[in-house]
Amino acid sequence: MEKIKKTARWMERAMNLLFLVCGLLTILFVVLITIFLLISGIPAIRDIGLGDFLFGKVWASTSAKPSYGILPFILTSVYGTLGAILIGVPIGLLCAIFLAKMSPKKVSSAVRNVVDLLAGIPSVVYGLVGMIIIVPCVREIFHLPDGANLFSAILVLAVMILPSVISVSETAIGAVPKEYEEASLALGATKTETVFKVVVPAAKSGIVTAVVLGIGRAVGEAMAVMMVAGNVANMPKLFGSVRFLTTAVASEMSYSSGLQRQALFSIALVLFLFIMAINLILNVVIKKKV
Amino acid sequence: MKKFIMIATVFTLMTGVLTGCSGNAGSFTDKSTANETTKSSQTIATDGSTSMEKVIGFLSEAYMEEHGNIKVTYNPTGSSSGIQAVAEGRCDIGLASRDLKEDETADLQGTVVAIDGIGIIVNPDNPATDLTIDQIGKIYSGEITNWKEVGGSDAPIVCIGREAASGTRDGFEEVTGTKDKCKYSQELTSTGDVVQTVSGNPNAIGYASVASVGDTVKMVSVEGVSPTTESIQDGKYKVQRNFVLVTKKDTALSKAAQEFFDFATSEQADSLITEAGAVPVKR
Repeated sequence: MEKIKKTARWMERAMNLLFLVCGLLTILFVVLITIFLLISGIPAIRDIGLGDFLFGKVWASTSAKPSYGILPFILTSVYGTLGAILIGVPIGLLCAIFLAKMSPKKVSSAVRNVVDLLAGIPSVVYGLVGMIIIVPCVREIFHLPDGANLFSAILVLAVMILPSVISVSETAIGAVPKEYEEASLALGATKTETVFKVVVPAAKSGIVTAVVLGIGRAVGEAMAVMMVAGNVANMPKLFGSVRFLTTAVASEMSYSSGLQRQALFSIALVLFLFIMAINLILNVVIKKKV
Repeated sequence: MKKFIMIATVFTLMTGVLTGCSGNAGSFTDKSTANETTKSSQTIATDGSTSMEKVIGFLSEAYMEEHGNIKVTYNPTGSSSGIQAVAEGRCDIGLASRDLKEDETADLQGTVVAIDGIGIIVNPDNPATDLTIDQIGKIYSGEITNWKEVGGSDAPIVCIGREAASGTRDGFEEVTGTKDKCKYSQELTSTGDVVQTVSGNPNAIGYASVASVGDTVKMVSVEGVSPTTESIQDGKYKVQRNFVLVTKKDTALSKAAQEFFDFATSEQADSLITEAGAVPVKR
């Protein structure tokens, strides 16, 4: 008996250590990536000048007189994300309400499976479909010479953020106590009124979390938007060819050298700070809920 | 007991992973020291044009497969840096995707290893069939914006190109004299994307290595000459440039480097060069 206890205690300690090491490893990765980005991103910013870098309107990294202004990329990423949220969140939210409150159980589980499938599709496939279907459609519908523009990218991003918006807000809506709903119905409110005036406000913080997650996904997406946005470093126009922060790094990294390469790391640093800020907001939102 | 076995398994796996890591690290250092020892005798250093990456990659891979003890290195720095590197003796063979200038030929020898033919592609529905270099330059720099000005229908021209660092873009802009002047509506990151986009947009024009253009798009002739292996080889098709191996005139190559040079310029290399998307020279 004593012996078994001893082994158990020893085992417990060993496992504790194992968990600790795994936890520390994760932290280590984050710290390493942060340090790496800071070290490789700051020199170019110092060379170019923070103001010229962040607010310069011209990016011409390979021309005879190179110019490294990333304002077009920053604005494109911001507008693109906003657009995707504007289109994706209402659809996602209504879908979540449908799944949680309106539809029969069988339909719900079928739709949920499809949504999960949507989350599992690789982004290059979204890009390919966007390139072959959305881009020509946008060109035809709006009578443009070319369909690869910010609008197409927004459409693709809106679909891409759907799964996270739907599943997170559905969980939030499902977590609203049944009594709220029953009370509202008992007072004579219709089902629709109950959903929009009682359930959704009660699930507010969960829905905000869903939106922030969607923003994170949209800001960080590279492959799909690279295939539909046109990738020209213009100041953003809804129907103009644009380049996002992510694609600016991805499209030039392979052959870049010298200051150009360093500047790409600086763009990555800016992108990293964006994501960090979004995560901070997310943390604040989640804390408020508790 | 079952649990214990499971935990024990986890542990063995963990230690396996950890020792695996250290084992890899060990072999990695072994490898790098091995490289250093061969560097003095058996490494052939090439340096230069980024556009030649594929050609030199195919050639060196095939060569290294046959000669296990020889390593061909490639440093993508750009044509001018490659020429400078060979002149200063920092590499064995310089790679240039342009012909040598007069002052460079004084003590350097350029040997054309392959030709890069760049096809000008349009949508199959586009009635335009022939463009001059001048017209192509004007289209891409935004002076000509409608297809009817160059023999097409009344529709705006959409210029599709490659990303700034692309070798094909570099070659195209050099031949058409549009360096830093191009007004693209899309900058795509691969030849396949360019072909796909042009095939999907009736108003688009694009460029791609002749070898990688399929039948989903139409290649126009340039100044009356359509791009074929023959017309590229004899220089009648104008949108092309030479891939040049640069060596020193007064110093002989090392034995290994000379062998690789002979291999690259021999008939044996033709199929490899074609595979890499370029056109072999006429023999």
